Parts: sequence; structure tokens; C-alpha cells
Amino acid sequence: MTTSEYDSVRPPEPAGRGRLNGKRRRRARMDGGDGSREMQMVPEPDFTSYYGRPVVKPAPWGPGIAGYLFLGGLAGGSAVLGAGAQLTGRAVLRRNCRLAALASVSLGAIALVQDLGRPERFLNMLRVIKVTSPMSLGSWILSAFSAGAGVAAVAEVDRVTGERLPLGPLRGVLHAVESPAGLEAAAFGPALAVYTAVLLGDTSTPTWNHAHNELPFVFVSSASLAAAGLAMVTTPVTETAPARKLAVLGVAGDLVATQVMRRRMDPVAAEPLHDGRSGALLRVSEALAVAGGIGTLLAGRRRGVAAAAGVALVAASALARFGIFEAGIRSAKDPRYTIEPQKRRLAARRAAGVTDDSITTAG
Amino acid sequence: MPQLAGPTDPAADARWPDVKPRKGFFTDTSICIGCKACEVACKEWNHNPRDGDLELLRSSYDNSGALGASTWRHVAFIEQGRERIEEARATGRTLVDLGMPSVGAPAPGAPAATDQAPAGSAPAETTILDTPEFRWLISSDVCKHCTHAGCLDVCPTGALFRTEFGTVVVQADVCNGCGTCVAGCPFGVVERRTDGTAAPKAKRGERKGEQPDVPDLGVAHKCTLCYDRLIDDETPACAKTCPTTSIKFGDHADMVAVAKERVAQLHAQGRTEARLYGANELDGVGGTGSVFLLLDEPEVYGLPPDPRVPTADLPRMYKRAGLAAAGMVAAALISFLGGR
Repeated sequence: MTTSEYDSVRPPEPAGRGRLNGKRRRRARMDGGDGSREMQMVPEPDFTSYYGRPVVKPAPWGPGIAGYLFLGGLAGGSAVLGAGAQLTGRAVLRRNCRLAALASVSLGAIALVQDLGRPERFLNMLRVIKVTSPMSLGSWILSAFSAGAGVAAVAEVDRVTGERLPLGPLRGVLHAVESPAGLEAAAFGPALAVYTAVLLGDTSTPTWNHAHNELPFVFVSSASLAAAGLAMVTTPVTETAPARKLAVLGVAGDLVATQVMRRRMDPVAAEPLHDGRSGALLRVSEALAVAGGIGTLLAGRRRGVAAAAGVALVAASALARFGIFEAGIRSAKDPRYTIEPQKRRLAARRAAGVTDDSITTAG
Repeated sequence: MPQLAGPTDPAADARWPDVKPRKGFFTDTSICIGCKACEVACKEWNHNPRDGDLELLRSSYDNSGALGASTWRHVAFIEQGRERIEEARATGRTLVDLGMPSVGAPAPGAPAATDQAPAGSAPAETTILDTPEFRWLISSDVCKHCTHAGCLDVCPTGALFRTEFGTVVVQADVCNGCGTCVAGCPFGVVERRTDGTAAPKAKRGERKGEQPDVPDLGVAHKCTLCYDRLIDDETPACAKTCPTTSIKFGDHADMVAVAKERVAQLHAQGRTEARLYGANELDGVGGTGSVFLLLDEPEVYGLPPDPRVPTADLPRMYKRAGLAAAGMVAAALISFLGGR
């Protein structure tokens, strides 16, 4: 800063420019790791911000949305598994998957509506079909999925309760359409599991946006292992051989996709996936996925082990979604994650001779 | 699918039958005096409620903090010493030396156009500023009304729409507060309105002073470029009230032309720290409707240095998602058909 003869009569300066909401960040970033809280006199060369305030705004989403990321995947995966069971004559697996699909999609939809600023207007989601909006397409996917999953699951409930549902003449119709309904839900299942990855990728939230290439693969893997895990918990081992295979494939896909995603991302934008609470969630998730996968592979035919592995897999998926969700929110709240990767890519383009596409121009 | 990136006339792209000339601001921060009349006029005209809890933010004279649901003009104050001033001059000089073409100029790497000659032949720079050891950067920020608006693209309800003037407006009676636009905006402009009590520092029931009810809670809000005034051929409230003409309003093409003239003038005075922000239709958002003249790097003002509308990558994301979904189906097929 300036030195002038009047400096001695100035009141003491506040702790630093980032004082408003930047204390924790600034400590992590600015000191030399020695615990000193003193502001550096020379700012880091590549990074200045406006009083440490965020450049982009974090999505105003609560944990309900993170929960939906998980539940939507679980529902989509369960419907796919249920359709497989339906086509290969595994009645118990089919029933349990259909019920799981409806239960999780219902809970997820409730979480979504509750998170709206104006929940009473949730139907406005179906006001238009808009391809540029993953949220719009997702709402339609969710609706289409829920219709099929609902019919298929109600048919199962009717069967389980000994045809006691007050359906009257509709019972015949219900059982006539349950098979197509199960397949219809399965057709929308993968879309339900994957659209949320596009929804997150198509934002200006740094960590999500920089992950947009690999996030879809992470999400379908996570959905597969969660649905398979839940089936292994609910269904006897005689019928869950396909679920066990899907679980192992899901774990493999999840580990590979997550690694590739982290490696290809901008290193700064990827930071929230490694450290802090979000990083811890993802590490635990990974450990649980590995444990669940190994358990499934080695002793998946034993009921107890299968159930334990299934629980681990479901938990792994949930934690992964919460971890990715939190990482994004965190990245939006710290200007560093917006500014540094952007400066880097701008410099890279300029170094490559592309000088005509900067938002900042000399004239 | 509409055009997702690159230069275009946004109103025509939105298929308005009667496209009006695109309107926009040119905010010349070099003549802003920080009076905040724009903030006040904006609040009054748009009936925006109080934002925050009347706290001093310890950021120079800026106590409104940032653009938000109820703050559609925000005046930033930055205090800089000699070092930062010299750095700003140097980064501006680099920009000039890059030979960055004017908007619409052809190939990259082309030699600097003749209109940039004055900058290159600037007189001794140190004599220009009257206070070389201190300066105040003051900038009135506003919604950029991007050519490709991230908020508008991702809005699932159609509450956000492109007006015939090429601006972007939220319909508060349609928005259901899903919050996607908040994450979609590369500039952190649009926000979902709360009554303020949810803010971490303000406790429920402890707000200062009597306050009227907050209208349109729970839905997204941002600058409308005074859509209601535009329809009546009026100047937006902030530009109308600005006493120094730092905020200029008019046809977007004119604003860009005025901005270029002004930056050339400043360069001719040796003030190479002057630069334009948003005047390039080849940038990541297709150019902004609100153009700024800045005196330092954009991030100093809290603006992103290289914003890119996320939807520009959406076709690729859909392809990747399709691939991933196919992979999931394949995994299920393998699981059921793979014997045993």
C-alpha cells in the first residue's frame, strides 16, 4: 500500500480486505501455513477479488436437492433393475425394485417441491418444454418416469395386499398396463439418473461446470450401484445375481469416472472435491463403494454379506451426491474458484494466439 | 434449438415478430463519483425492498455489498495505492499490445488497427493522474443483459424471457423460485429473494427499523433494464438520474461505439489502464447488453475475467449424458444376460 507522511495519523486498518466473509478462505490461501492471520502486503500474483466476495452466486438449494440427486438416481436405477427382473421372471426382485423406484422418486419429488421458493407453483415446471433448460427437461422426465413407476408399483401393492386396493373395475386395467408401465419407467430411468448431472454441469458454479464432461458417467454409475445395493438389501440372494453384477459394474464405473473427472478438471476448480467437508464425504463414499463392491464380489451370495454390502453401496451413492453438491456450493462462495480457472483459460487462449474472444478489450 | 453461442441479435433470435433496436447501458466508471443515486433511483422505481440489515460492510463506501434480488444497481468502491495503479496500467498496456481487434474486426493476430495508434504513442504516463499514489475505483454494476444469458437459458418455467429490446426480464408471477437461474448466471447477478431473515447475520425478528412487507418473496429478481419504462420510451431510472452521465443508455450499437470512442480518448491521454468490458461479441456470452469501461482488471470490481455461458456447452453435455445413459443400459443388459 501507500506510504505517506500522513499514515501515522490514520486509524488502524481493519483486519483485511476480505474481512466481510473471507476470513477462513483468506487464511487458507494467504498465509504461509504458519497460522499467521496477517494479510500479505503483496497480493497473490494471479488472484485479486472484490473484498473476497463471490463472483457467482451459489444456487439457493438446500440439502433436499442433494437428497434428490441421490433419490432420483436410486429410482432410475431401480426401475431399470425392475424391468430386467420383469423380463427375466424374477418376481421378488421385480416387486422390490418397483416399490423402491416409486418410494424414492416420490420422496425425491417432495424434496424438490419443498426446495422451491414458491412450492405452490411447482406445476409451472410443466408450463413449457425447453431444451436449453435441463431443469425443464428433467421435470418432464421425472413426470413421465413417475407415471410408469407409479402404475407398476401400485400393481405390486395390489398384489401384495391380496387385491384389497379399492380399484373396482380398474383392477383389470391396472394389471393389463403394469408390464408396459414398468418398461416405460425403465426407459426413462437412465435419463432420470443422468439429467441431474447435466443440470449441475450447465451452471456457472465452478466445480460443477468444470466437471460437466465426466459428471454424467459418475451419476449413472452412482445410480446403478445404489439401486443394485438396495436390491441386495431387500431381496433374497437367489434372485439378485443381476443386481450383484450391476453393483460391481457400478462401483467400477464410479471409481474410474470419478478419477478421470478429477484429473481432467481444472486443478483449482477440482479442489473442493478433495479437501474440506465435501472432500471428506467423497472419500468416505469411495471407501464405502470399494468395500461394498468387494463384499459383493467375494461373498455376495451370503445373505448377510449381501445386505451389508448393499447398505454400504446405497450410503456410498448418497454421500457421493452430497459431496459433489457441497463441493459446488462451496466453489461458488469463494471467488478464487471462479477467477483463477477463468484467468488461466484466458491466458492459455492468449498464449495460443487467440486474442479476439476476451470479454475485456482495449477498444 | 436457438443459437447457444456467438454473435447474434438476441431479440430476433428469440423470434420476436417486431424486433426493436437492442437497448443497453454504457457505464463509464472513469467519471463515476460514487453518489449511489442510481442505486436509490432503481430501488424507488422498481419498489425494491431493503437488502441486508443496514450494516457497515467495511468495504470503503460500499455498504450494499453486491448485486442481488433487491439490489439491481450496485456501486463498488475500491481503494488502490501506487503499486496497484501501476499494475493496472501495465495490464491495460498488455491488452493494448495484444493488438486485440475491435468488435467485428476479422482475424486474430491481425496488426493493431489504426484507431489504436494513439494509445501506442501515448505521452509520458506518470504525468496524467493527479494522485499517482492513491485512487478510488468506483463502478456502478448492473445486470449484463447478455446476448446469451445463462439465467434465461436454464429457466424451466419460462418466467425469464427475452424482451423485444434484447433485454432479459423475470416475470415474478410465473417464477416458482427453483433457483436454477441463480446458478446459471456467470456474473452472479440474479438472486432468489428472501425476507433477509435467513441471512446468517440477521436474526429473525431483529431487523432494524419498521419495514413494509417484502413483495414477491421466494422468486428470482434482477434488473429489468426498466422494461416498463422502455415500453413508454423512457430512459431507465438509473441512467436518468446519473448526475455525471457515467451511466449512459441507448441503442446497444451506439453504446458500444461511444464506449470505444471513450476508451480511445483515455488511451490517448496515456491512461492505458482503461479497457472495455462486454463490448466484444465474440466473448463467452456473445457480448453483453451492458458495456463497462473499467480502469483495472475485471476481477478487481468483482466481475469474472472470462465468463462463459454454461449453455454454450449444453449440446456436448447432452451427448455425454446420452452416452452415459447408454452405458447404464448396457451395464444392466450385461448384468441380466451375462449367464448364471
